[in-house]
Amino acid sequence: MADMTVSTSALGPATRAARYRRCTDEPRWLRWTVTIVVLALLAVLVLIPLGSVFVEALRDGLAMAVESLGDRDAMAAIRLTLIVAAVAVPLNALFGVAAAWALTKFQWRGKAVLLTLIDLPFSVSPVVAGLCIILLFGANSSLGGWLVANGHPIVFAVPGIILATMFITFPFVARELVPLMTEQGKSEEEAALTLGASGWRMFFTVTLPNIKWALLYGVLLCNARAMGEFGAVAVVSGKIRGVTATMPIMIEMLYNEYLSVAAFSMAAVLTLLALVTLTLKTLLEWRYADQLAASGGRH
Amino acid sequence: MTRTGAWSFRSPSPLPGWGLSLGVTVTLLSLVVLLPVGALVVRAAGIGPAELWATIGSERVLAALLLSFRAALIAALFNLVFGLALAWVLVRYEFPGRKLVDAMVDLPFALPTAVAGIALTALYAPNGALGGPIQDLFGVRVAYTEVGIWIALVFVGLPFVVRTVQPVIAEIEQEVEEASATLGASRTTTWRRVILPMLTPALLTGFALSLARAVGEYGSVIFIAGNLPFKTEIAPLLIVIRLEEFDYDGAVAIAVAMLAISFVLLLLINLIQVWSRRHTAGA
Repeated sequence: MADMTVSTSALGPATRAARYRRCTDEPRWLRWTVTIVVLALLAVLVLIPLGSVFVEALRDGLAMAVESLGDRDAMAAIRLTLIVAAVAVPLNALFGVAAAWALTKFQWRGKAVLLTLIDLPFSVSPVVAGLCIILLFGANSSLGGWLVANGHPIVFAVPGIILATMFITFPFVARELVPLMTEQGKSEEEAALTLGASGWRMFFTVTLPNIKWALLYGVLLCNARAMGEFGAVAVVSGKIRGVTATMPIMIEMLYNEYLSVAAFSMAAVLTLLALVTLTLKTLLEWRYADQLAASGGRH
Repeated sequence: MTRTGAWSFRSPSPLPGWGLSLGVTVTLLSLVVLLPVGALVVRAAGIGPAELWATIGSERVLAALLLSFRAALIAALFNLVFGLALAWVLVRYEFPGRKLVDAMVDLPFALPTAVAGIALTALYAPNGALGGPIQDLFGVRVAYTEVGIWIALVFVGLPFVVRTVQPVIAEIEQEVEEASATLGASRTTTWRRVILPMLTPALLTGFALSLARAVGEYGSVIFIAGNLPFKTEIAPLLIVIRLEEFDYDGAVAIAVAMLAISFVLLLLINLIQVWSRRHTAGA
């Protein structure tokens, strides 16, 4: 057994104290068993699936994988995903900063209600989110009918995809900023005002530098989710190849057509994005832990 | 700061930007979240309770709802135990590559669900690298059965318990455990009477988040589930099917049922939360 060999080797030049465990430790055999079981499960559930994306993508060689990404519809999907993220993420960042400012710098009634409403998208299924958008903006609703008649369809078009993406990623930035700005208080801003700074000058020279890393952190998570959102987008996109198919939708279509290499090649691009996101996120956490929110229960 | 009348909406503040920030917040929130959710509520009210009930009560819808909530509960319970063990290992035990493993825990948050779905399916399909051996060794088919749904839901819910419990474990003062040991408690007793009560609120929060996520999950499940009506067809998928049939009322009924059951479950967890806090505080 692995744990036995480790325990005997650790006992090598056994001092008396080393043989006794501290009262705050579990027995050695239990520690090793739990560690090994947990790591094995993590490998089977997370690490091996991650690796299999690349294995499947490169099944017919790198050239085939790259070639499948150069396909006209695949390029259109990549472009659309970038456009959606480029609109949805800055808008959500704007919302996050505005909401955090209103929630943390002022005392007013109704804060708890606003906080609950901001968290609402977390407890709504992406599919239900898409359904809500169809009910409001679909061609069958009065608002949607009017918009379609005037040449601005929302559902089965790009605006609907952006709305669905924003719905799902709505709490991300606000969630990062609210705990941090609550902790920071408002004395620094008040000092800036006392010294004669205008409102915007105060914001850009005092507030923004204080929250920049947390803002970046929130934007990073928001972006990863925005580019990968599937359920809500699948409902509102209409899945028109080359027009309203984002990268995740394209993955589904290719996979269902048994074009495995093409599907996994596109999946590999999104996986690389996820890995870059994770790396940047981890770096931010190591370097600027004190300047991110003291939000232990982050999700 | 001076206090104005007995009731004021907002205490006075010298900081600017109140109107602008609240305006932006409320406008975007309404447009993106409140109006769409409102449209669902209005539509459901228009259908009427009798009709809603009839749709929800149909055999196929009931089977889908039951499957969704059963699988979500199983996955969340698994993640509760697994997440606690993983968080404990990450905080308390030393092993090579710990920081890397810690970073890896967040992968299910960062990886798009559709990617997770096809990756898990390729791996656990009968001809996959893990699905084949598992079927040969244990005689269990993973992909295209309910077991596959559990795996997908465990994957998407994995980080929640770990990330809510981990900081609480890090903050436990080991003196408390030492005191418990000094007073003659075995390690098991210390776990049961000292450590677990301290972790319970965080565990419940993580469980609730994991459950809420699993109930609504779509992208990672539909590839691995097989999607057979009455057997492996989850409720969100049935909503999509109803929408493709342009049966909007049918879709709304399932959505309302899902939201209502989720709400009741989360309320229950909150009540347990309150009860456990009072219980620990009184002890």
